[in-house]
Amino acid sequence: MARLQIRNLEKVYGNAFKAVHGISLDVADGEFMVLVGPSGCAKSTTLRMIAGLETVTGGEIRIGERIVNNLPPGQRGVSMVFQNYALYPHMKVRNNLAFGLKLKRRPKPEIEEATRAVARILEIDPLLERLPKQLSGGQAQRVAVGRALIKKPDVFLFDEPLSNLDAKLRASMRVRITDLHKRLKREGQSSTVVYVTHDQTEAMTMGDRICVMKDGRIMQVADPVTLYNRPANAFVAGFIGSPEMNLIEGTLGVDGGINLCVAGQTLAFGEALGARLETHGRRTVLFGVRPQHLRIAAPDEANALEGHVSHIEFMGHEVYLHVDIAGIRLVVVVPSEQYRPEDIRDDRIRLAPRETAVHIFDRETERNVSLAGNA
Amino acid sequence: MAEQFTVHTTTPSEAEIERERARTLAEGRRKHAVSSAVRYAILAGVGFLMLYPLIWLIGASFKENAEIFANPGFIPEEPTLDGYIKGWQTSTPYTFATFFWNTFLIILPKVIGTAISCTAVAYGFARFEFPGKRILFATVIATLLLPNVVTRIPQYLLFRDLGWLDTFLPLWVPSAFAGDAFFVFMLIQFLRAIPRDMEEAARVDGANTWQTLVFIVVPMLAPALISVCLFQFMWTMNDFLGPLIYLSSVEKYPVSLALKLSIDTTEAFQWNRILAMSVLALVPALTVFFLAQKYFIEGISTGGLKG
Repeated sequence: MARLQIRNLEKVYGNAFKAVHGISLDVADGEFMVLVGPSGCAKSTTLRMIAGLETVTGGEIRIGERIVNNLPPGQRGVSMVFQNYALYPHMKVRNNLAFGLKLKRRPKPEIEEATRAVARILEIDPLLERLPKQLSGGQAQRVAVGRALIKKPDVFLFDEPLSNLDAKLRASMRVRITDLHKRLKREGQSSTVVYVTHDQTEAMTMGDRICVMKDGRIMQVADPVTLYNRPANAFVAGFIGSPEMNLIEGTLGVDGGINLCVAGQTLAFGEALGARLETHGRRTVLFGVRPQHLRIAAPDEANALEGHVSHIEFMGHEVYLHVDIAGIRLVVVVPSEQYRPEDIRDDRIRLAPRETAVHIFDRETERNVSLAGNA
Repeated sequence: MAEQFTVHTTTPSEAEIERERARTLAEGRRKHAVSSAVRYAILAGVGFLMLYPLIWLIGASFKENAEIFANPGFIPEEPTLDGYIKGWQTSTPYTFATFFWNTFLIILPKVIGTAISCTAVAYGFARFEFPGKRILFATVIATLLLPNVVTRIPQYLLFRDLGWLDTFLPLWVPSAFAGDAFFVFMLIQFLRAIPRDMEEAARVDGANTWQTLVFIVVPMLAPALISVCLFQFMWTMNDFLGPLIYLSSVEKYPVSLALKLSIDTTEAFQWNRILAMSVLALVPALTVFFLAQKYFIEGISTGGLKG
């Protein structure tokens, strides 16, 4: 039972390179927190600082009530699953699992019982007498998870555990880990998880909350739905969601209501959105709309952007249209059953954004200025 | 195209094509066989040339002293164990058993000391950051390049002042403090090729630095460590100068010195005894090498561990 608190955590390397810029993050007891971001965003460094594998150069890490900044990894009450499994190559699976408990000089029957229990949960009983090199990737990863599980830690740390697996196995391990987390929670065991990944699908499907990082800073911490629907800034908007959100430069104008000028075409906004954008009039902004939130408009419909279709990708259940509006490229996703080729005449197409799903970002700060209650 | 064309114009029968194909195949096989034969003949010839002294040595050790110089061949005309029996007894009050035992007494602590100290030092250099690391590492490499002879005299004076002359200590102690920079360097290179993840996993599992070294690093380092032990074993077995300088009483002589001892006697050299004992002196090194050959090769080809 432990929550994890990080306060103003900093990491400065010997060569004065600052990797982590004073981040603060609270992970509640039993919460599944995913750290996600592009490579080089210091998510792994942050995780390694929590584990104690990297020294903390500023700030504070608290697990439960203890400040663990200067404790060795073994005394922090954490266990970790590594990207390339990091199983001890000379030990059988059984000993790999039991190593931590043996170091703690637990009685033999207890170790034996714990090994059996973990092996049963992860379905690795038949593998106990094998060496790591005799395991497949998925089996090795399950053993690695078992090694973390057997210690009954306060906090589980996962460092991109699935990135070495093939796509199919990754999907099934994703479910397995989520199930395991739920099971631990149900059984009242400590189940706080910090999970690092660069894969936004993993982040969205597994996390209770997701912490999006960039260049050693936290961009937003929120649950998946909020992150998707209310991105706090242009970076989060672009990072979460597939295909990526369309982000286009435009100018806000005031002409009766608030409107947006993109590549010489004007979109008028309704009152609700217009009111929130009033203070930003006549400024250059980033206009963001997800490919799924653009729809093909009728030829005579006002308030739509016109462009020409550069190419069409048929994905099965949906169709991706790549549209060029005076040099600006947009992607539109249309569900297959709503896609009618006759809507596109001479490669021309008109697109209407769903106004409730439109985001306007300040060009300087990249902050989302269009969110309700967040003027 | 050209081939198709010829086929169409001459239209040879199926059987003819088949015969032609078989002929080409057979010719290819014959060429291959001839080239193999030539290559193996050369290899065998050069191999024999290189091994000749060794074969001669073994043959000569079974000859009478007079026959050694009379008969250039290596198969003794009247094989005799005389050289072995008399050589074993030596001209001193001690038999070769004593000398073999002395060699063993020098080698065992030296090999163990080397393995432990070099592992610890290499682990330190390969895995930890500490002030002065670069300078210290440069020093290790510098000693690697330093000729042994340069340090002989200062070392001798040092051990004399410590009162360690005519004991095995001067032979043991430098190795027990990772004095053989070559081994340290070799282990560092090997360690660098092993990913750190396993050690980090061990630390998260609660192992301290020494536990990580003993339970995780040493087992992964095993192939390299075996090579280190083998090298040290063979070099110590063959070391002549070290014991010559530091040991003065015959009862402490190792095999390498004892062989020279037989040559020192005043009367005409009993070559067959010397050769017989040389053959015996080769046996331990060869045995150990062949037993550990597999690990040895794994160990010197660094980066032998894959993920």
